[in-house]
Amino acid sequence: MSDEDKNPTPSPQPSPLEGRGGQPSVVSDVAALLTGLKTTLTETFRPVVTTMYPEEKTPRSERYRGRHYLRRYENGLERCIGCELCAAACPVGCILVIAAENTDENRVSPGERYAKTYEINMLRCIFCGYCEEACPVQAIVLGPEYELSDTSREKFIYTKEKLLEPLPPEVQARLGGASAGELSSTADTGGHAPPQTDAKEPK
Amino acid sequence: MNDLYNNWIGHWVVVVVAMTLLLVVVLTATAYTVWFERVALGRIQRRPGPNRVGPFGLMQLAADGIKLALKESFIPAKTDKLIYVIAPAIGVAAAFLAWSVIPIGLWYNVQYWVADVNVGILVIFAVSSLNVYAIVLGGYASNNKYSLLGGLRSAAQLISYEMALGLALVPTFMIAGSLRLRDIVEYTVHWGPYTGPIPLILLTPVGFIIYVIAATAETNRTPFDLPEAEQELIGGFLTEYSGLKFTMYYLAEYLNVITVSALATLLFFGGWYLWVVPPVLAFFVKVVLVLFLYIWLRGTFPRLRYDTLMRLGWKVLLPLAIANVVVTAIILVAVGG
Repeated sequence: MSDEDKNPTPSPQPSPLEGRGGQPSVVSDVAALLTGLKTTLTETFRPVVTTMYPEEKTPRSERYRGRHYLRRYENGLERCIGCELCAAACPVGCILVIAAENTDENRVSPGERYAKTYEINMLRCIFCGYCEEACPVQAIVLGPEYELSDTSREKFIYTKEKLLEPLPPEVQARLGGASAGELSSTADTGGHAPPQTDAKEPK
Repeated sequence: MNDLYNNWIGHWVVVVVAMTLLLVVVLTATAYTVWFERVALGRIQRRPGPNRVGPFGLMQLAADGIKLALKESFIPAKTDKLIYVIAPAIGVAAAFLAWSVIPIGLWYNVQYWVADVNVGILVIFAVSSLNVYAIVLGGYASNNKYSLLGGLRSAAQLISYEMALGLALVPTFMIAGSLRLRDIVEYTVHWGPYTGPIPLILLTPVGFIIYVIAATAETNRTPFDLPEAEQELIGGFLTEYSGLKFTMYYLAEYLNVITVSALATLLFFGGWYLWVVPPVLAFFVKVVLVLFLYIWLRGTFPRLRYDTLMRLGWKVLLPLAIANVVVTAIILVAVGG
């Protein structure tokens, strides 16, 4: 402090109402004000840091947990075998699975059963990704979309039809391609965390 | 033109047309002052400011205005309804009245004004003092303790700083020898080979500094926006106001900001004179720069505590302003012989 240079002897304890550090002087106070003005003026001419959101989006992590997708095998069969492990793992109970038996005439998934109904209440979902970890066949994955606003509560109950929409390419890449699961490879469970084991080498 | 002006009816036609034009221009200017402030404040904080409505967000104020106008005109229970409604109108009226005597430089020797009063600056002081009523009555009529406290604070603040504001400008009048704003701008010096108008800030720099500080306090702007210090007083006198009545207070505040900026331009920066720049452009640029100064102050300084505000007003600015008057008087006598 320049004020302390002028007062080598310790100045009397400044009252808490006075400025901190050294004795306040008009010169140092005005200098402080001018420093503040200089700081704000230099900031004015530095580039704006705002991300222009709807047009421009901040990059998301490869493992970003947005809305869910149900995957299919390459031959078109659904991966989901209706085991309800996702519903059991879900901490908020937002997943509803009603399973039905596969028959030879009506084969939906490679296993014994398939999900006749698969609904996720997106208003309840906390996007924790436990369903993805719990799934033994990597049927459910969380995609990158996070702009899920809609105009009615009913529209937030994502039905199987909506969940089966084709995966965005980045999710496809993260999972190492859809070809990872052949009809025969139902045992390709990938353990607890498929994204980690299957993810390609990060750039 | 003179014949028309001296004719009784012609006079009023001219005045009414002049007033209408001025209203339109000043209202538009206010809207864009708000836009300018938001953009400049944004840049200070490295944000873009409003940029959605219209090109560069220029229509933002239209959107805000429509939103405010369509809001329910709510009057809380147990208010003094008449005063509650009138108070914001007083603020706007006072703010507009000040513009009646401010000459806008259009070209050399051509200025635009509604009234060319020979005590113009006194008129401005008189009508801008009415702003106190808008705030105090608004705070009183709202029947809300925060509003009342805000109003009272404001009364004390405006009265305290009005003295410093008036005294800060006295040296300017003494130098120019007139209270007519046009005469002050046209004040001519004969310095060696140079004969012409000069920015009076060169002669009364201290007066300008006091003016800027006091005018910031008079217009209730940061760092002197104690009447609406939201941490302590919610919205101060504005707490119970919404919709169009809120808009009126808001409008009055920004009108006052433009008024003090225009006044600073006229009194300290040589009005419409700026080298070879066309007068109307020079006037505009100067007003915008002074406006930026106020926004810059707002973007930099935190709000004063109430006791420091009073101390600054009474113990620093007022003695400084008086000393400035005395010193200027002595110098004027010594130089003028």
